[in-house]
Amino acid sequence: MLLAVLGVALLAPALPLAHPDLTSPADRLKPPFSDGAILGTDHLGRDLLSRLVWGTRLSLAVGVTAALLAAIVGSAIGIVAGYLGGRADHLMMRGVDMLMAFPYILLALAIVAVLGPGLLNALYAVAVVNIPFFARNIRGATVAIAHREFVDAARLTGMSGLRIIGSEILPNVMPVIVIAMSTTVGWMILETAGLSFLGLGSQPPQADLGSMLGEGRKLLITAPHASVVPGVMIFVIVMSVNLLGDGVRDALDPRLRSGALSRPAAATRVERTDTPEMKPTGALLEVEGLRTEFQVGPRVYRAAGGVSFEVAAGECLGIIGESGSGKSVTALSLLGLVASPPGVITAGAVRLNGRDTLSMTGEQLRRVRGGQAACIFQDPLATLHPLHTVGDQMVEAIRAHRPTPRREAREHAVSLLRKVRIPNPAACARSFPHELSGGMRQRVGIALALVNDPDLIVADEPTTALDVTVQAQVLALLDELRRERGLALVFITHDFGVVAQLCDRVAVMYAGRIVETGATQEVLARPRHPYTRRLIACVPEPGRGRRTLDAIPGLPPSLDALPDGCAFAPRCDRAQAACRGGEIALRRDGAHSVRCLFPEGAAT
Amino acid sequence: MADVTAALIARDLGKTFGGGRTLLGRRKPSVSAVRGVTFSVAPGETLGIVGESGCGKSTLARMLVGLLPPTVGTIEIEGRDLSDYTGHPAAVGRLVQYVFQDPISSLNPRKSIRQILEAPLIHLLGMEPAGRKARIAELLDAVHLRHEFLDRYPHELSGGQAQRIGIARALAAAPRILILDEPVSALDVSVQAQVLNLLADLRRAYDLTYLFISHDLAVVEAVSDRIAVFYFGRIVEMGPAEEVFGVPRHPYTKLLEWSTPAIRRPRRRTAPENCTDHESAKFSGEAAAAELPDPLCPPPGCAFAARCARAEDDCRAVMPTVTLLPSNHEVACHHPLD
Repeated sequence: MLLAVLGVALLAPALPLAHPDLTSPADRLKPPFSDGAILGTDHLGRDLLSRLVWGTRLSLAVGVTAALLAAIVGSAIGIVAGYLGGRADHLMMRGVDMLMAFPYILLALAIVAVLGPGLLNALYAVAVVNIPFFARNIRGATVAIAHREFVDAARLTGMSGLRIIGSEILPNVMPVIVIAMSTTVGWMILETAGLSFLGLGSQPPQADLGSMLGEGRKLLITAPHASVVPGVMIFVIVMSVNLLGDGVRDALDPRLRSGALSRPAAATRVERTDTPEMKPTGALLEVEGLRTEFQVGPRVYRAAGGVSFEVAAGECLGIIGESGSGKSVTALSLLGLVASPPGVITAGAVRLNGRDTLSMTGEQLRRVRGGQAACIFQDPLATLHPLHTVGDQMVEAIRAHRPTPRREAREHAVSLLRKVRIPNPAACARSFPHELSGGMRQRVGIALALVNDPDLIVADEPTTALDVTVQAQVLALLDELRRERGLALVFITHDFGVVAQLCDRVAVMYAGRIVETGATQEVLARPRHPYTRRLIACVPEPGRGRRTLDAIPGLPPSLDALPDGCAFAPRCDRAQAACRGGEIALRRDGAHSVRCLFPEGAAT
Repeated sequence: MADVTAALIARDLGKTFGGGRTLLGRRKPSVSAVRGVTFSVAPGETLGIVGESGCGKSTLARMLVGLLPPTVGTIEIEGRDLSDYTGHPAAVGRLVQYVFQDPISSLNPRKSIRQILEAPLIHLLGMEPAGRKARIAELLDAVHLRHEFLDRYPHELSGGQAQRIGIARALAAAPRILILDEPVSALDVSVQAQVLNLLADLRRAYDLTYLFISHDLAVVEAVSDRIAVFYFGRIVEMGPAEEVFGVPRHPYTKLLEWSTPAIRRPRRRTAPENCTDHESAKFSGEAAAAELPDPLCPPPGCAFAARCARAEDDCRAVMPTVTLLPSNHEVACHHPLD
């Protein structure tokens, strides 16, 4: 539709139309569909179709020009203010705020009043009125970018400020400018029409949509078509421009494209093709053949590819791996916490106290989460609600599972905060998450996990964001709590040192599978899988002085293109032809299992 | 301290943020991120700087490359004061370069790797296109990356590859000194080891001087000749690497060392061995309350006193001065460990 309007407007001079300003008093106010004038004529006998086409052309040109002008000036102000920051930013933005304080139309009227009526002056007025919108938007985008490290890096490569603005910042804020422009063009056309309607824009006999509407208004009763025709046109143009603007925004905004704003389901989608029959082992948590995939477009990322393990009551299992090894996905799958879409659990079973969590209904799952099993996450600031106090959030968690009087729940919350060694727990319960330090927040996270006396805690890198001295305190606390309460702990980490301090058993993951599992001391002292051995060798150990580390060459495989056979084979110095094909099973040797054909310590 | 041959000297360096007065003449709050920092780095040496978040180590790094002007104190690079270079950022850029912590965000997402690597060659060295091409090829070889990466964009690289590009960019103008601000902490361990080894090779090949900043004690120890331990904007201990971690003299260094989880070490639930029972309780439990002091109203004495088992009244009242111990080992403590 917009394309048709644009095409007609652009082609106006070439179309076989009567001259738009040609008056012919004899043919005044002809109704539509009469001879020689399809849309009729106006009060001076001018051909409405011709005036409509020329008027549209003019209105569009003015609207687009005003948008461009406002975008250029506004963006320039915004970028410079955002980049310079400090006092310059302050002065420029206060100026912009002053412009913004006036109502739109009033300001435009004032400008036109000063400059005198005329289409060009109306254009200036509309542009000036819209500058603050651009300046504020673009400044926000610029500030976010000016603090990124690559801007500092550009400064260190000797670029001048102007060049940094042009080559580093502008390309990155361009999408924002385009989005802002596409959403304001329609509004500007409307504003210009408004000014013309009031007689302040285009002057007779020149036609634009606003002035046509203004002229037609006087004859609304006798010849409604003279005002309805330009009115419909304005409606069509503004609607289509706005819809286009929304489309452009959807196409350009990376958040919308990645689906980040779409709301994930309350539990991970489960589409199991096979559900393994499990022999009861009596363990608290049994996981068998768990497979979790991310289906993004045509690609399938196999994040967890058949993971099996069990955790006895009171036991601490460490799951260790590098980024992309599937350790977090495995942990989140246990309670159906993987975001869907795109995550899907395609196979396996997870039994908590003998009940399969994957076949639970939403209501059953909600009872288990935070009840029998609780989670601790890496960043407690992201998991605590910023607008509620710590105490209120704990009370809510308690009451969600057990109907408890508010006062009693509150007392319980404070006693738990004391339990996790928060000094002055009552004051802590009254504070908001942002008022606490990282270590204190993680303690609150632990207290929150303990509210309903769970049997199992799944901790996903709970100490990664903390300083080492704070980490040591949090680890000591977790260790003490699990011994005291007989808690089972599944501890996800990338740090062998942390595993050594805390875990009874460890499972090493690589490319979505467990490659080795066994008692922590045994695995760390005598790793059987080449990956485990070499990963341990990579870690700098305190107290060993300066030295070269034995790095593992290459990178882990991409999860949407896993090789046949052992996923580590391409990086392994022990790999042989047999490693590169067929399924390699996790072979048990006492309490120590390893997924390798030629494990360390065995004859090759 | 004042040897003229040092690659880098910082004298009494300090940085205060905020401060000044409002329009109404009211004093604005100020925060001292770095206070009274003095050290020198010999050519070809690696000085490791270790400290926890908020200790001012990144502020120090940014001052050393000229991204932030120091509030007080001087920085000398190869015998010349950094303030002499005011208005000649390119001259500084040819001497000192910086490697950022987050490899991806330090590369402009809208530029190809070739454009990123060309920028310092154009703006710092004013090279012609032919020379640039040869130099870029040389740089990619130095960081072990294939030449096909040149036409890719940062989001197509893994963290380790992006950090190699960051290092190549820093090396492009052949600087003498590299400031490495947590260069491996965003990387996985196996990739971290690759990058650490690469940095060691480059140092030998190009005769570079490193200032290596990290929160990870074990990483710093693996790469450094000398180590400075930062706490709350000051150096609390500095000396040869094996001494600082082998026989730490400052209680904070000891705490850091004890807190670092290690693989080849049995489980420990007690505090450092030279503490009494009362002290060990402080390390693992009660002292949990004590964290960094409020930077808006810093304590008059030692900033670590609130967490320190050895703290006495003088620690809380008087700021300890730097004591020079044998073998160039310095410690700022009233009651250093033996």
